[in-house]
Amino acid sequence: MSMLHIVNKSPYERNSLAAAVGHMTDGDTLLLIEDGVYAAIKGGAAAGNLEGKTVSVLGADLAARGIGVDKLVDGVSVVDYGGFVDLVEATDKSQSWL
Amino acid sequence: MKLTIQVNEGPYQHQSSDTAYHFTKAALEKGHEIFRVFFYHDGVNNGTRLTTPPQDDRNIVKRWSELAAEHDLDLVICVAAAQRRGIVDDGEAERNRKDATNIAPGFRISGLGQLIEGGIQSDRLVVFGD
Amino acid sequence: MSEIKKFMYVNRRAPYGTIYAWESLEVVLIGAAFEQDVSLAFIDDGVYQLTKGQDTSGIDMKNFSPTYSALGDYEVNKIYVEKESLEERGLTLDDLQHLVWEDEDDDWAEKDSIRLVSRAEMADVLAGQDILFNF
Repeated sequence: MSMLHIVNKSPYERNSLAAAVGHMTDGDTLLLIEDGVYAAIKGGAAAGNLEGKTVSVLGADLAARGIGVDKLVDGVSVVDYGGFVDLVEATDKSQSWL
Repeated sequence: MKLTIQVNEGPYQHQSSDTAYHFTKAALEKGHEIFRVFFYHDGVNNGTRLTTPPQDDRNIVKRWSELAAEHDLDLVICVAAAQRRGIVDDGEAERNRKDATNIAPGFRISGLGQLIEGGIQSDRLVVFGD
Repeated sequence: MSEIKKFMYVNRRAPYGTIYAWESLEVVLIGAAFEQDVSLAFIDDGVYQLTKGQDTSGIDMKNFSPTYSALGDYEVNKIYVEKESLEERGLTLDDLQHLVWEDEDDDWAEKDSIRLVSRAEMADVLAGQDILFNF
């Protein structure tokens, strides 16, 4: 059983990312969408939250916010909406940390 | 995969309705089934046909109506949340003695049981909110 | 007849500042009729929803906190409250309503509905559900 944890708010605005990471178990995936993508910027104070986790980021939301993929921490996967759908299918359920 | 989508926020104020729409569209393109899209909290405001967004920006309400028409989607607006926020169809107008209706094409107003049923009948529930 | 699913309603917001707490409870009440395996989780600011002594007369909003004590009558009796969320907010179980249910299989003995769990335990509780509702 694996869970998809979806975070859509900036870690600098809301505690959703910390809450998500605090409740992830082995085999879970973290998906950053909307303002949540800011967490994946290398060197940001929140980037440490992603260490050791399986992380995907919605590319359309990165591009909208002017964040090049070169600015991201290593090891995150950039997905499109189709990839988002695939992640929902590949996990057993999703938890939206609003 | 059979999906129920829950949309908690209204058009334009939050990105939730946009993301939910793009996700739903992508799921359909991949051949998945959308059991229901359920609009709750301010999400019910996605169902008013009276919006006039700027011409150079997306028309969120119309976009949902068109997707619903193209794919025969069940877009459900929660009745309790709709009553609070003033989204009205013919039935609600008659029941609550309102002098107008404003529901957009493709949407219907129904009870919270529709969300629960969506959860029971679908393989996945995905929630979009703030 | 379809299988029974494990439904969890996740609450992470304080009451009254936004409508999410109340409208989430409305889903729980309607959902109770569908005979699924229901649990509630109170995490982060969600724990504030359960405090005792809420008096909304000054803000002129409906005080919906008595609804939590009615949950037992709806057979909603698995209410997980996260320990760290309470502690971080300077609260203890004593600050919360004492929620109970009556076990008809145990001579209607009154039992506690609230299960205080650690963050790590809450992660496992979430992992064990079939569906997670968020508001």
